[in-house]
Amino acid sequence: MGSPPHIAVIGGGSTGAGIARDLSMRGLDVTLVEQGNLTHGTTGRMHGLLHSGGRYAVSDRASARECIEENRVLREIATHCVEMTGGLFVKRPEDDEEYFQEKLRGCRACGIPAEVVSGAEARAMEPHLAKDVEKAISVPDGAVDPFRLVVANAASAIEHGARIETHSTVRDVLIEDGEVVGLEVEHASGAGKRVHGTEGGREEIRADYVVNATGAWAGRIGEMAGVDIEVRPSKGVMTIMNVRQVDTVINRCRPKGDADIVVPHETTAILGTTDEEVEDPEEYPEEGWEVDLMIETLSELVPMLEDARTIRSFWGVRPLYEPPEVGSTDPTDITRDYFLLDHAERDGLEGMTSIVGGKFTTYRMMGEEISDHVCAQFGIDADCHTADVPLPGSEDFTVLRDYMDEFGLRSPIGRRSVERLGSRADEVLTTSDPNPTVCTCEGVTRAEIRDAIEGSGSDLNAVRIRTRASMGNCQGGFCCHRMAGELHGEYDEDVARQAWDELLQERWKGQRHALWGEQLSQAALNYALHATTQNRDRDPADGDPVDFTAFDGGARSSEPSGTAGVATDGGGQDGD
Amino acid sequence: MAIESEVLVVGGGLAGLTSALAAAREGADVRLVSYKQSSLHHASGLVDLLGYTPDGEGPIVDPYAAMPGLPDDHPYRTVGVETVREAMTLFDDVTDYRGGHTDANALVPTHGGTVKPTARYPAGAAAGLASDDRNVLLVGIESMTDFDAPQAAAHLEAAGVPFDVRGETIRFPGDLRADAKVTRYAKLLDTNGEVAVRGRTRGARDALAERVNTVHGNERRVGFPAVLGDQHTDAVRGALEDRIGADVFEVPMGPPSLPGLRLEEALFEALKEAGASVETGNPVVDFDADGGEIETVYVEKNGARIPNRADQYVLATGGLVGKGIESDRESVREPVFDCHVAHADDRYEWFDGDAFGDHPFARFGVDTDETLRPLAADGRVEFENLRAAGSVVGGYDFAAEKSGSGVSIATGYVAGNTAAMEVR
Repeated sequence: MGSPPHIAVIGGGSTGAGIARDLSMRGLDVTLVEQGNLTHGTTGRMHGLLHSGGRYAVSDRASARECIEENRVLREIATHCVEMTGGLFVKRPEDDEEYFQEKLRGCRACGIPAEVVSGAEARAMEPHLAKDVEKAISVPDGAVDPFRLVVANAASAIEHGARIETHSTVRDVLIEDGEVVGLEVEHASGAGKRVHGTEGGREEIRADYVVNATGAWAGRIGEMAGVDIEVRPSKGVMTIMNVRQVDTVINRCRPKGDADIVVPHETTAILGTTDEEVEDPEEYPEEGWEVDLMIETLSELVPMLEDARTIRSFWGVRPLYEPPEVGSTDPTDITRDYFLLDHAERDGLEGMTSIVGGKFTTYRMMGEEISDHVCAQFGIDADCHTADVPLPGSEDFTVLRDYMDEFGLRSPIGRRSVERLGSRADEVLTTSDPNPTVCTCEGVTRAEIRDAIEGSGSDLNAVRIRTRASMGNCQGGFCCHRMAGELHGEYDEDVARQAWDELLQERWKGQRHALWGEQLSQAALNYALHATTQNRDRDPADGDPVDFTAFDGGARSSEPSGTAGVATDGGGQDGD
Repeated sequence: MAIESEVLVVGGGLAGLTSALAAAREGADVRLVSYKQSSLHHASGLVDLLGYTPDGEGPIVDPYAAMPGLPDDHPYRTVGVETVREAMTLFDDVTDYRGGHTDANALVPTHGGTVKPTARYPAGAAAGLASDDRNVLLVGIESMTDFDAPQAAAHLEAAGVPFDVRGETIRFPGDLRADAKVTRYAKLLDTNGEVAVRGRTRGARDALAERVNTVHGNERRVGFPAVLGDQHTDAVRGALEDRIGADVFEVPMGPPSLPGLRLEEALFEALKEAGASVETGNPVVDFDADGGEIETVYVEKNGARIPNRADQYVLATGGLVGKGIESDRESVREPVFDCHVAHADDRYEWFDGDAFGDHPFARFGVDTDETLRPLAADGRVEFENLRAAGSVVGGYDFAAEKSGSGVSIATGYVAGNTAAMEVR
């Protein structure tokens, strides 16, 4: 047998990582390239809902059936990424009764377990639900951590021999004799894990086949290959609360509309969302009224949201696609189904397929279908195992352990660490060295941070998405410098400092949409800690040289020689 | 029956304590009420006057010389340079802080590895100044994530400090939990408590010094994270200096900050000595005013509203951090007396897009007249007998300028002094 075909997968979201895992498990040679971190695009910007399918049970039953099927699969293979919160479709007095009944029938027709509960029963489950909620349909919705899930898929792919390159942007699709033969890729900091300050460079990656799994970015790759892919990116806002006002996914039971879901996610609750078509998946307006809309509309379901604290808001773009002849004008009418576009059949360009549309919950199924398609190109007959083999972290995991004794951690922190790490807990947390907590809000210890650094280089944002460090109430105010401290030792100080700055800026970005009340007070405190106590805003290491002799050398030395004014060699310092 | 005093200070941070002290030392009958933990718990314990201009120029060598160049509405311009000096004299009087021997700022290493300009520093930080050319060993504690000594040392080198600096990490002797609070370390050193090291028990100070001696070379100064005692910090430092054979200093840290707590304690001590009465832990929830004067404020205690009456009042409740300034999606306000706070209508104009950009929120606070009385939107005095001090006063970005403590001390001094003068 010759060597297996080499497949280049573009896109490090759930779909790309799922495909990379699937193909590598089937014995193919895989290279995945992603322009940012894993989950950089749409996957990292979703509300974390594990669909039961209930949402689509009226409008799109095919999608609803796929959702419930994959919902069951993910509960098995990704236990450490999933929290089965359950979900409610809640009916307010003004919501249509007929639609409620239709939703119930739809759920049952699609095999989605659905029960009607009274308003009182719903409030017994979720005490903060509005008093006038009449009734609800209970469905098996859940919460899923998209970061953890994608990282686990990538880790599994690596175990099966795949190469994963993040911070690597495709600059060109290489075509010879009417066939795609590979990619030209630009690495931001050399091949392999990202290390700040490492010189980047271009690499030609030859491949026997290319899979374009870039979602909302698919059109850009299509352009490089000279084919049209009419993705219709649609933006949606999500607002993160600082605590879980609800422990169950709360959906509004009405046909369509903005701001109709609250997803409990880890320590937070995420409010969503809107659906508005945009031209460019990276450049679109993010506006305060969208945040206000989330808070005000969802307060109709959970009144306490009106005055609750939000810690940040973010926007994501759905990679919607429909065959151009359908011509929907409203993005909410575009199907959530996925499409496999074989460019040989469609455009006469051999060697590349794009996958567009689809939903996070069905990422594995999409991966399976495209992997089947790729294998067929090479006449390979290999079964898909991604639905049967648990992801790293979800293997043979038996809970019921005394975490405090076992890992020397105080129990809430131990519990949260073990929830995140799943079956990898032993491997990651067993250490003979002291294991202090680095991020207090999310209960992340040094051992977990160091494990993440091992997996992601000097990129603290990659460490963040792996561990949730800096994602809690304080939004990094108390722990960004600690995370940078953990980099040092492995990396030089200037690398750690760059990574630190990048994390500070990233943490600031999303908070901008939450700056009032408690969170503005928190932001002012963080600013004071970073600028006043640490002087990070005017760090002399980043600025002009300082004339140290002009300043107070202590009472033991003579008076400084300096005179009034500003003492820098190069004049004023602009700050960062 | 109302609790009576001549001057009532609302707020127990640096500004409130200074104003109460200033008024009491002028002979007034002073009462201070405070609610929440003051932001001194979060502060490094360094006392900054002015480290950078509002345009970001600096570090400034002589803060007094730079003050006349500040914008007109800056609190230092309101009170005047000479008054700032007087206020610092009061501060020097009641603390054992260093730096008063010169007008020049000191550059002090911080736990993040930068240096920052400051006017006064605790005695325990004195040996650490960056303008001292003696070489330095920084010692980090393995389980203390807030201070990575090797990284801080490398960072200081990158800043071009005029001395050799090296960082080492050691394990703190004894059996402290990995998540032990800084106060646990301080207590152990304060009491020189017994710790077990390889089967032998010994005092924590000796055991720590011994650990340091295994990594100490010829450095003439040794810096630790700021955990060297709480009550007996001089004795702890002295003992370590003896056993290590080098000067010892503390590197100021983030919260919870022992130097900040020590400063708070020293000021409360001085205030008691000056004869003021103090009530902590209860909020001011309401007030009565008549004819533009505050008559009574109500302090809520165990569910009851206790009237407090004074001739003169000082508002020193802090800024956004201390919640002396509050906001919601629509507006920004001063919650105790509802004094006017200028702000843009659109909350998206309250901040800059860059984490360290020019943030309007950093300047939020009340506008005042020259005697620090808050002004309404139309420029009239809000209340004849109310003065504001510290971060509740707007018009300056203390974080960027490194001017927070200095403004608190200077405005606190003026507000307290003026209030005392009024009741004479």
